[in-house]
This record gives sequence, C-alpha cells and structure tokens, in this order.
Amino acid sequence: MTVALKCEQVAKKIVKASPGAVIAADSTAIVVKSESLYQVAEFLKNTPALGFDYLANLTAVDYLDYFEVVYNLVSLQHNHSLVLKTRCRDRDKPAVPSVVSLWRSADFQEREIYDLMGIVFDGHPNLKRLLLWEGFVGHPLRRDYL
Amino acid sequence: MEIEKYSMTPLNEIDAAEGLRISSLMAASQHPIPDPDSWLDEEISRNVLVTTVDYVLDWARSRSIFPLMFGLACCAFEMIGTAASRFDISRFGMDIFRWSPRQADLMIVAGTLTWKMAPAVKLVYEQMPEPKWVIAMGQCSISGGPFKESYSVVPGINRIIPVDVYVPGCPPRPESLLYGITKIHQKIVKESIKRA
Amino acid sequence: MAIRTEPFILNMGPQHPSTHGVFRMRVTLDGEVVVDLEPVIGYLHRGIEKLGETRTYTQIIPLTDRLDYVASMTNNFAYVLAVEKLAGIEIPERAEYLRIIMAETMRISSHLMAVGFFLNDLGAMMTPVLYMWREREKLLDLYEMVCGQRLTYNYMRIGGVSQDVPEEFMPAMKKWVAEMPRFIDEYDQLLAQNEILLARTKGVCILPRDTAINIAASGPVLRASGVKWDLRKADPYSIYARFDFEVPVGTVGDNYDRYWVRMQEARQSIRILEQAIAQLPEGEVCAKVPHLLRPPVGEVYGHIEAPKGELGFYLVSDNSIAPYRFHIRPPTLINLTALKDMVIGWKVADLIITFGSIDVCLGEIDR
Repeated sequence: MTVALKCEQVAKKIVKASPGAVIAADSTAIVVKSESLYQVAEFLKNTPALGFDYLANLTAVDYLDYFEVVYNLVSLQHNHSLVLKTRCRDRDKPAVPSVVSLWRSADFQEREIYDLMGIVFDGHPNLKRLLLWEGFVGHPLRRDYL
Repeated sequence: MEIEKYSMTPLNEIDAAEGLRISSLMAASQHPIPDPDSWLDEEISRNVLVTTVDYVLDWARSRSIFPLMFGLACCAFEMIGTAASRFDISRFGMDIFRWSPRQADLMIVAGTLTWKMAPAVKLVYEQMPEPKWVIAMGQCSISGGPFKESYSVVPGINRIIPVDVYVPGCPPRPESLLYGITKIHQKIVKESIKRA
Repeated sequence: MAIRTEPFILNMGPQHPSTHGVFRMRVTLDGEVVVDLEPVIGYLHRGIEKLGETRTYTQIIPLTDRLDYVASMTNNFAYVLAVEKLAGIEIPERAEYLRIIMAETMRISSHLMAVGFFLNDLGAMMTPVLYMWREREKLLDLYEMVCGQRLTYNYMRIGGVSQDVPEEFMPAMKKWVAEMPRFIDEYDQLLAQNEILLARTKGVCILPRDTAINIAASGPVLRASGVKWDLRKADPYSIYARFDFEVPVGTVGDNYDRYWVRMQEARQSIRILEQAIAQLPEGEVCAKVPHLLRPPVGEVYGHIEAPKGELGFYLVSDNSIAPYRFHIRPPTLINLTALKDMVIGWKVADLIITFGSIDVCLGEIDR
C-alpha cells in the first residue's frame, strides 16, 4: 500500500533544511511559500530517506482570494506519497517557480495550467499555450471566466 | 528551442497566424449554412424526364463512393466498426477509405469539432473535388453534443460546411450509419433527376 | 564538389492516416533522420474540466466516458472511486466484483486494439486489426447485454453499478474467457517471431529507466523500461488484493518490449477474470446514495491503473451538488513527454511506430 506520509513530521524536516518555508501542515498537505518552493522540492527529491522521484500530478485550483498549485509526489522505492501545495495571491500576474528541471513530467502540465488558469511558471523553457490557440482571449478555467 | 533555427518563419509567427485564422473563422461562422435538401421535394421526380445514361451514371456513382476517413473522436471507432468484418461496409461498395481528400467524394465527419480544428476541416472539404457529399455522424457534429456549452466546441459542423445527411446517436450504431449511407445513395440518384 | 544539405520542418498535420486521432507534430528532418520534434495538441479540447464544474456528481459520469473512448468503463471506474473516497461510501461486494470483471475485460480489449493499430503502423495494413476486432465484437455483445451500449457505457454509479447483469451474461462471459487464451496464443504465434516485426522494433527508440521515472510515465510504457510499478499491486484499490496475478516487466524499453508487455498483461487479465467469475457473490449492486450527493468539504486524488497508465481524478468539494474543481490526470499526455527523447536520431518510419507503441488516445490528452 502506498503510505501517505504524516505531513507534520515531514514539515519538521523541511523546516530544518530551509527555515521559514512552511506556512501550514495539516492532515492532507504541506503548504509552502512560493519563493522557497524550488528549494523544498529539491530537498524532497534528493534526501535519500524521502526520495520523491515521481511527480504524479500537478494541478491548480482557483479559490477566489488566491490560486493554489498542488503537487502530488510519490516515491517509487519507499512506496510513500505526499501532497505539496503553494499559494499565489496576485490575481493579475500570478507567478510560481517552475520545477521542470527536477521532474520533467511538469513540462506539459505547467503549460496547461498557464493556458487555462494564467499562472506563469518562472524558469520554464517553453511556456506557451498548449490546448487553446494563440490569440484566445482569457483563461477559461478561472472562476470569473463566464 | 533548436527547432527554431531550421524554420523559414519563426514558430511563434506560425502559431499566431494559425490563431488569426481560427478567430476569423469563428467570427465568420455565426449562423448555420442552410442544408442542401431540395432533393426531398417530391414534385420533381414526377414531372421531369431523364435520359437513361444519366440515370445509369448516377446509379453507378452512388454504388461506388469513396469515403474520406475523418474520424475525430469516439464516433470514429463506430465508423471503423462499420468498416470491419461484422457490419461490412464493402457490400455497399465503400471498401476503401481514402486518406487523401483529392480522391474521395464522401466525407463522414465523426466526432466533436473544435474551433482549433475547424480551419483544417474547411480546408479538407474545399480540397475534395465535385460532386461531394457530407455526412454528420454523431451528436457532436450535428449540434455540439454533450459539450455544446463549452467555450471551444463548434455547435454543429453545419456552421462551416453544408451537410447532406445527419446520423444521430452518441455514438450511432453501425446499423444507423449504414441507413444514413443508403439515404445518401437515394440522394445521389434523385439529384440527377433534379438537375435534368 | 560537396553537396550541401539543410534540415527542413515537416508538418504531420491533424488529419493524417497514422496519428491515431487529431494530433499534430512539427518534425525537423535531416534527410530521413529526425533531429527535433514538437507535438502540438488541443485539436480535440472540449473543456470537460470546466463543464464538470456545472454538473452534479452523477452527471459527470457520462462526460468521463468520452475521455479514453477505447476503454470507457475504466474512466468511469476511476472517477467513481475518487468520489467514493471523498464521500466515504462503502459499496456492496457484488458491485466490486462486477466492476473488476468489466475493468479487466476492457483492459484486454484496449491492449488488443493498441497492438492491432501498432501493427497497422508497421505496415500490416488492417489484417491484425480485423483479427483483434473479432474478439472485441464478441465483447461488445456482452456489454450490450449488460448496459445497452457499445462504446460509451455509463455503467458505473457512485455506490456501485447501475443495474445487475441478466441471466444470459455469466454463461456467455465464461465461454468468452475460456476461448481467449487460444486467440491470444494465435496472435502471438503469428506475430512474436515475425522477422519484420523483430527487425523493426528490437532495439529501436529506447526509453531509459531513469528518464521514464523522471517524466512520470506510467502503465506499459513505464513497465517496459524495467520499473516494476503497477498500481494494482503497489497501491491496491477496490478488491485487487484478493487476486493472484503477476506484473510483466520489460528489460530494455524498446518498441518490442512495449508490445510484449501488453500481450503478457492481457494473459494476466484472463487469470484475474477467471478468479473473479468463480468468486462472484450474490447481493445488491448499488449502495443507497442520495440523488444529489453532497460530499463533505475536502479534496481527494483518486487513481487507478487504466490500460494506458495511471488515470487520476483530483476533486475539490465545497459541500454543494457540483464539484468546485474537477481535474483529470491524463496518462497519455504525460507519457507523450518522452516522445522527443525516444525518436531523435531515428528515421521517420520509426517515429510513426514509436508513437503507435505509446498508445495515445486524443480524447484523454486534450480533454
């Protein structure tokens, strides 16, 4: 069985490595600041005891006050999983660091989130629309798109 | 990206040009094209004489149509099922599904049409030589289907090309598609009478 | 006098004989050798995720059918499992067994289709497809007996399945399962030692193990590269823990391994089917669930091992009748990230068959 790790314990390890990164850690997920997302992701991937080498799912949700980007991470060797989240409060130009250099599965998924939600991923090599055409006005999956 | 340096036009210009084509087609297709259904008028067949040669030519033409393989989504699988060995479509003379529009005369549009794909469909339709016919197979090509309210789905292919026969269903059974094809046969024969 | 050559870009456009749907690739070629590749998708983008936000939980089930239309019931299965995990619903035993029977028959049908169209791309025209279509037609008759539809079934419900199977179903299913090993052996005998197949697929377009894990490949593409990761064993859902079956794993990760893994998986599915049919209990087929289900506030990521890979649904609920966010994790879009790595340095003909061996379904990529 894939064990979902206890977020409080993992949060303590993250705080030792990059202090001040974790905003909250409840029973479902760990929420980190978007500026320190890359360091936390690198720590989670490279620490042998955690070893999260498989990014199963990358998605974004539009709660009207903020955007939340959700990463579902899995470790194939230890067979455990974790949910990592980050938030972005800017509505006009939301930006989050990209994790493509760590997990290449983020390539198409980040492009799709840019296309449908409008969140820009800094550091992505080829950020352009994936599913809709150039010249489409707006980002359809936002809650305020009609 | 390495692909950029081998292109004569930069890639983002190609993408922007495609986007302009799509937006202009979307703006120009606000109303459906009227269906060419004058062949249904019963008066014609009784008042007009037609030569035997014309009738035989059109009968032969209807019994050996070359369909164009244009499966877009789920209905494509029922179209392949119609062409497979159980609901054999070759007994109607339509064995060879052509891939090139220049060699086909019937276009069966099976599946959802989106605005991004619409210029390609219009281009393929215009590349087919006359006489040509179109079957709209499945709810998505008749009216947009279950995705009608979506922001990127064309509400029926009759916005961009004229349709001769509509085959409803989601997806239609192979028997329904074969019935639609027999209607096309009737149309082809009756059209010669109308033209004469 | 030296000849000067320069690469050029070929557009394999959305309407193409071998692209398995409306898929477009911009391929940079130096002669026949592929130098670079860019996939362009979105020609079937129907906005299912946005439509899901305005439909009730039960009304989304027919929309999920249209995702991977070759194996529709597995999409239903994944979605219904995710909602039941969110709302904490228990389902009756008979419904569990019926779901497993449907899911495994869909797996066999999808793998046979994948292999058939893979061979179509190799040049065997339609013969393997028509052979494998023969078995699929018998299976579609069985499905028609159960739910009345041949392609988009809408059979599973939140809490079980929509209706019980009629009396004629079980004997017909037992007969089909008893005949299948002979047919799979027949295909294997025709194909596995075929010289042309071996020459064109052995050692061609290899996907290394580390790349496969980094791009989060799943399904037969991941297992062919040597990674033993199958969600039915690693994170068992429904009642898969009760069945005895093996997970075939390839060695090298070339096109032949991807073909071989699919044929072996079809054989293992028959093993599961025999056990499930033998153990099928009596009872109800659907739990009592309110018509307008209101799950508690929360989120869930439910995933299953679909024939094409890991199909996941991410649902966020705010205690109303429609989900707040409905996201689909498509296995084939993420497997497609590897296409560029696999084909650089090979020829155009190899590109076509590698694309066929990944086994994409455009309905799922574009949603």
